[in-house]
Amino acid sequence: MEINPFAKRYHHLRDITRATCTLDAPGAHNEELAIVGGRLAQVVRVKGQSVTLQIFSGTEGLSNDAEVLFLGRYPDMPIGDQLLGRFLNAYAEPLDGLPPVEGQRISLGGPSANPVRRAQPFEPILTGLPGIDLNNTLVGGQKIPFFADPDQPYNEVMATVALRARADKIILGGMGLSYDDYLYYRDTFRQAGVLDRIVAFVNTTQDQPVERLLIPELALAAAEHFAITNNEKVLVLLTDMTLYADALSIVANRMDQIPSKDSMPGSLYSDLARIYEKSLQLPAGGGSITILAVTTLNQGDITHAIPDNTGYITEGQLFLRKDTDTGKIIIDPFRSLSRLKQLVIGKKTREDHPQIMNTAIRLYADAAEARSKKENGFDLTDYDVRAIRFARDYTEQILSIDVNLEMDAILDRLWRILAAHFTREEVSVKEQLIRKYWPD
Amino acid sequence: MNTTTKGVVRGITANLLEIRPSGPVRQNEICYVSSDGASLMGEVIKIIGETAYVQIFDTTRGLSEGAEVTFTGERIEVTLGPGMLGKRYDGLQNDLEKFEGVFLQRGQQSAPLDDDSKWGFRPLAKAGDAVRAGDWLGELSENGLPHRVMVPFRWEGSFTVRDIVPEGTYGIHDTIARLEDEQGVVREVTMVQKWPAKQTLTVYREKHRPHKLMETGVRIFDTMYPMLEGGTGFIPGPFGCGKTVMQQALAKQADADVVIVAACGERANEVVEIFTEFPELKDSRTGRPLIDRTIIIANTSSMPVAAREASVYTAMSLAEFYRNMGLRVLLLADSTSRWAQALREMANRLEDLPGPDAFPMDLSATIAQFYSRAGTVTLHNGQQGAVTFIGTVSPAGGNFKEPVTESTRKAARCFYALNQRRADSKRYPAVDPLESYSKYLDYPEFAESLAQSVGSDWITNAKTLQNLLIRGKEAADQINILGDDGVSLENHIDFWRSELIDFVLLQQDAFDEIDQLAPLERQRRMSRLVLEICQMPIPFENYTEVRPYFSKVINTLRQMNYSRWESDEFNNYHQELSRILAEKATEMAV
Repeated sequence: MEINPFAKRYHHLRDITRATCTLDAPGAHNEELAIVGGRLAQVVRVKGQSVTLQIFSGTEGLSNDAEVLFLGRYPDMPIGDQLLGRFLNAYAEPLDGLPPVEGQRISLGGPSANPVRRAQPFEPILTGLPGIDLNNTLVGGQKIPFFADPDQPYNEVMATVALRARADKIILGGMGLSYDDYLYYRDTFRQAGVLDRIVAFVNTTQDQPVERLLIPELALAAAEHFAITNNEKVLVLLTDMTLYADALSIVANRMDQIPSKDSMPGSLYSDLARIYEKSLQLPAGGGSITILAVTTLNQGDITHAIPDNTGYITEGQLFLRKDTDTGKIIIDPFRSLSRLKQLVIGKKTREDHPQIMNTAIRLYADAAEARSKKENGFDLTDYDVRAIRFARDYTEQILSIDVNLEMDAILDRLWRILAAHFTREEVSVKEQLIRKYWPD
Repeated sequence: MNTTTKGVVRGITANLLEIRPSGPVRQNEICYVSSDGASLMGEVIKIIGETAYVQIFDTTRGLSEGAEVTFTGERIEVTLGPGMLGKRYDGLQNDLEKFEGVFLQRGQQSAPLDDDSKWGFRPLAKAGDAVRAGDWLGELSENGLPHRVMVPFRWEGSFTVRDIVPEGTYGIHDTIARLEDEQGVVREVTMVQKWPAKQTLTVYREKHRPHKLMETGVRIFDTMYPMLEGGTGFIPGPFGCGKTVMQQALAKQADADVVIVAACGERANEVVEIFTEFPELKDSRTGRPLIDRTIIIANTSSMPVAAREASVYTAMSLAEFYRNMGLRVLLLADSTSRWAQALREMANRLEDLPGPDAFPMDLSATIAQFYSRAGTVTLHNGQQGAVTFIGTVSPAGGNFKEPVTESTRKAARCFYALNQRRADSKRYPAVDPLESYSKYLDYPEFAESLAQSVGSDWITNAKTLQNLLIRGKEAADQINILGDDGVSLENHIDFWRSELIDFVLLQQDAFDEIDQLAPLERQRRMSRLVLEICQMPIPFENYTEVRPYFSKVINTLRQMNYSRWESDEFNNYHQELSRILAEKATEMAV
């Protein structure tokens, strides 16, 4: 790392905790970077002459006479096309054995976009997965996480979506990624022949957790470069945001903050919002940033502070669940939601899309009730039996993540499934749609 | 005023500064900290000994110990005057349109009003009139609404109008009148005045209990749990249950003169939706674009947290200003939980002893005080104005047993509980019909007012519908416990009556051009129709006949909901419904 010869140097650390150190250093700037005994650190608190630094890689083995250099600059990264095809760590240093990335440096954690300069998202992102395209249509400029238990194939689904989404650039931000998953992404992108439009910033489980906090900033600064300077459609993949939040709680704890729900810092909502709100659609001709994230859950518990705060920030969530009836991994139509789908369904997709989608989910809910009736040992009515049969077809042919269909084919298939099990009255959608699309 | 007080930064923790002032400072005083050429705005939130604790409405990156501070002597103020309708402000009332570039810059500010705008002014007062704070001196037309130019609210005592300009076009900073106080001092009035945002504006004669329905076109509001002009309500719900869709429906459809939307710590794309759609949509009552009556305070979630706290007060102050012109204002805040979280973050940095869930101890009082600023008032000149306030709450984990929901429940009169299960099965709006309430249904003055407008049976119908829903719920529970053939036929009928009410009256398609807005007349007719069917004796032989019959009835009524009011299509479905009902009735005769 380049060091300014005039940088201020100190040699006495007063306090050392597991993640921070404190020293007397008059004139240090808030959030300024420093090097403490060769490790990167950042000013997090100033009190008179005394300055507290957070050391990203931890303080293990750090001596209280270590040299401290204040760098007079803030977290930044090199930017430009030379990032493409590269796999970098949390300091934007190479992981791939290639030379360091050179280029103009821009500072991280920039301000948020002026809401009046944004455009309303308008472009559907089709993935071929009916569980997404039909029920939870994605839109450019959206931010949406997968909510999934750790045993579910969320990284595979996300990679599939990323490759089918026809983005100009894909930026991967891996936080606490297992080394195996890192290699999976690398090999998948390589085999798909898309390395020329990919940048990856990866912190694996081998690295320090606190370093993860830099990953989304790097990924999003790169995304802003491509979307705003080059007017491109950028897709950002962030996995796993639960591990990011865990790192936040570690730092908050070491800063003696009073924890709020689930031991998370009280600022969790704002911290997550700062990341997710970087997604945007610029007015016609401009680029967009779409964020797909992963938030792992503990046994499907979405009331935990991390998924809960995320749900209030993101524009919906995609919920992966194993369907016990068919054994398929499905995109759960109840808990999943794409808030922005209303902007495109029935407008950029076929007119019958909104109503038929909702109707199918309502009938799927009837099937769930019928099934619980069955489990409680009650006799089923004819309607219950039909609803359960419908749910099976719907699960296998629509919700399952192994289906790949074009949009109109999904709608046609859904009409056929509905007509196979229900009467027109039971389906109860606008009559003009029934007349046009009901298969005879 | 202590405008000369300066200070020096001694400590920095995120956006909380410890400042050593050179002279007197007051609690909630605004100050500016210079940092790298930018001037960062902050508010004093605590004074301990020689140290003033200041929360900065911006990031503090790059700030260092020793930075200079200038205190202003004023609290957070809003600027009030013509031209605010249609504006898009941040939480501190900066006009976002006036900022350059895609990104917000640190420390930047912009004028809330268009300083060189001119308006056609017509005097209402004349020389020699005795006036006091809040009295109307003249009026102008702001987007078709009568905008009254008032004696500044902060002026104390009584005044005599020395002179006032004749009808004509004037700039907002031109003197339009000169007033003389009791000591003979003459003061000039322009179209612009300032008000401290956190202070309740009580310049009126008296405050009343609300009595008049605020029509929303949303059936679960108007028909079931009515909101009144000057009333308060809140909408708590887990994420994904349709809070935002509901707020936007209210912003579009509510019968109010002015609508102020405070997007407080929510998604930027949601305000963008309003920015994009409101100029296109027409207000069905005035025919003008909806944006003409709307002010948006956009302090979205990635904007500075401290400004989020200020944003709701800014919004409320603007609402009170228009109320004092004799207008009916609807204020929507989405979401008050984000505001509470901003309070929590600050309390945390101040190392205050935490209350429940680490929220500040006085959270309940703060929320109650804010809700109390809503109301319907009689002004000194006898005219009436109202601020209706509806806030959303985003309870952690969707659990209503949490501090913000509990505190708000004590403060608001209407409760629109959003229910995850209803949302899961796409029964929108997902307002839980059993848990929700409107205390206004028990207000005799409301009943009186309805009797003169839509009919005296409105409240009794609402209550009958609620009872039928409760019976339906009990029947459903019985069926779930005992099975379809383990309960009486009557249970099945009760259950399906409640489904009929649910599907036809409670559910409403916010995205359907026709169904999204149901005028009162239409609501009245549909709810009477539904009640008639519910009260009809229907001969069923067996419980298996109940579902197909009600499915047919429900489907036909829903088609009516989707059809243009009293169109051929609508009438045809109505006839079909009569046929279905008559057919069943003849079975009974046979």
